[in-house]
Amino acid sequence: MNVMGLMNYWAFIFLMMVGFYILISQGNLVKKIVGLNVFQTSVFILYISMGKIRGGTAPILTEGDPIYSNPLPHVLILTAIVVGVATTALGLSLVVRIHEAYGTVEEDDIHDLDLAVAGGEDQSFPVSGMDARA
Amino acid sequence: MTAHLPVLQVIIPLLAAPLCALARRGRIAWGIALATSWTTFWIAIQLLARVRSEGPISYALGGWAAPVGIEYRIDLLSAFVLVIVTGIGAVVTPYALKSVEREIEAAKIPLFYAAFVLCLTGLLGITVTGDVFNVFVFLEISSLSAYALIGLGQDRRALTAAFQYLIMGSIGATFIVIGIGMMYVMTGSLNMADLSVLLAELGPNRTIVVAFGFLTVGISLKLALFPLHLWLPNAYTYAPSTVTAFIAATATKVAVYMLLRFFFTIFGVVFSFDVMQLDRVLLPLALIAIVTMSLVAIFQTNVKRMLAYSSVAQIGYMILGISLASVTGLTGGILHLFNHALIKGSLFMAMGCVMYRVGSVEIDAMRGLGKKMPWTMAAFVAGGLSLIGVPLTVGFISKWYLILGALERGWWPVAALILAASLMAVVYIWRVVEVAYFQEGPGEDSSIVEAPLALLIPTWVLVFANFYFGIDATFTTEVAGAAARSLMGLVP
Repeated sequence: MNVMGLMNYWAFIFLMMVGFYILISQGNLVKKIVGLNVFQTSVFILYISMGKIRGGTAPILTEGDPIYSNPLPHVLILTAIVVGVATTALGLSLVVRIHEAYGTVEEDDIHDLDLAVAGGEDQSFPVSGMDARA
Repeated sequence: MTAHLPVLQVIIPLLAAPLCALARRGRIAWGIALATSWTTFWIAIQLLARVRSEGPISYALGGWAAPVGIEYRIDLLSAFVLVIVTGIGAVVTPYALKSVEREIEAAKIPLFYAAFVLCLTGLLGITVTGDVFNVFVFLEISSLSAYALIGLGQDRRALTAAFQYLIMGSIGATFIVIGIGMMYVMTGSLNMADLSVLLAELGPNRTIVVAFGFLTVGISLKLALFPLHLWLPNAYTYAPSTVTAFIAATATKVAVYMLLRFFFTIFGVVFSFDVMQLDRVLLPLALIAIVTMSLVAIFQTNVKRMLAYSSVAQIGYMILGISLASVTGLTGGILHLFNHALIKGSLFMAMGCVMYRVGSVEIDAMRGLGKKMPWTMAAFVAGGLSLIGVPLTVGFISKWYLILGALERGWWPVAALILAASLMAVVYIWRVVEVAYFQEGPGEDSSIVEAPLALLIPTWVLVFANFYFGIDATFTTEVAGAAARSLMGLVP
């Protein structure tokens, strides 16, 4: 297998895993948004790479019959970029609201604050429900 | 005019959204949203009638024929889902007026309706389109507006719930785009009908198998299949009452529709179930969802959270029907799509009435409500009976088909589990009934009276539908049966 020839796809996989790892491991909500962005951006690379033809030019109508890259994936990804921007904007505005309401953007602190307020009334798991009864 | 109905279904709510946002007063925005939701409901009924008499409708967007242009394609299944989504919208919007005025500050109300109508646009778009990338775009329209709607809840935990949903939902959507991209790499097409032909020619191939995996995980995240349901309980619990009723009754249903579309129409039954053996993954997960989530629901102290866990279990029933991969099982699954929308819609709307008067949906706050709010609690009990699956309600019809489907395959333990989970539903509905009817309220609080008619009438319309379609199920079973046969590749 031609590893170097598939360079873009390796970059896609690497970026995707990095973004995904940040999403899972980070407790800071802003960093989570960063992770989400890296994750989504990796998909842009996947789409853009698949449209590229080696030696192909830009898809502009000219004399003759040149080899040109497939413009469709690029157009699709423009849409996906817009979606990504909207997601980021909404996510960040939610983070701002969370900071106003809780005074922190750390997931652990928010969890502790919720527990302190709820006073254990709001059990999410059956186990704690049973403990409360016992 | 009638030729353009498929696209009007999406365009009308899409145009209504900025109008709602521009309206200064909440009541005007509500009026626009109401007109929109009733118009879309009317269109959906017209479309279903046309599909039933003339067969599938294909609409070339902008006059560009498929597979180059975007095709809107409406067959029996999509018309049926359209009726479900718009029907729930048409009932929830009148209900929203009072409930939203109580729960959301006045300045944000026009924006609330804008997001609400956008969410409707997205859900309808996913259902009508015949283009896979279009599915992703509409999916994000509906999801982004849903995150915003959930974040409007009064409790600050609504914000974290919306954030969590945003993260998990975006991961799901991104997985779906990756899957779509891989299908495009192999076939060079985005049109669903075209893809199904090209993929069948191509046969199993590593890229297609990976695309299948990405799509399975992505869609499962969106429909809250068992281990991927973590976003759902918080989102349903802390969202405004109207939003919970609407989203619980529609969003996950449309995701199930997407699952059917991708695995039956695009990949085909043979590839999904014989080559990939999807049923071996879905069936255990569906059964675990049904049993464990019903069990978890029993121990909740917040009734909305209890109903949310019950929703995850009910989604398990739909997936169970799909994983049986037989006409009977699939009919049961599609029927449950319709029936569960009615059931959860009415239950969450009853809880919205309680929220309106009492200001809490904790189970302790419901002591003695059976006397103070008799109509509200009667609606809850009627919806609860339907959830359990008592004969003469819609819940019975879909469980009947699911059990028939399981027995057809000779899987009697599955049928036994369905019955056992119904008994668990009895337990958690009974907990509320016991507190509301058999415990005295905390003293004489004269401020708690019956909910206003503006809330009660829409709630009872849905409760009535629960019984109507439970007693005369010919229409729903006929449509669901025909849709299931065409999905299985048999001539309808």
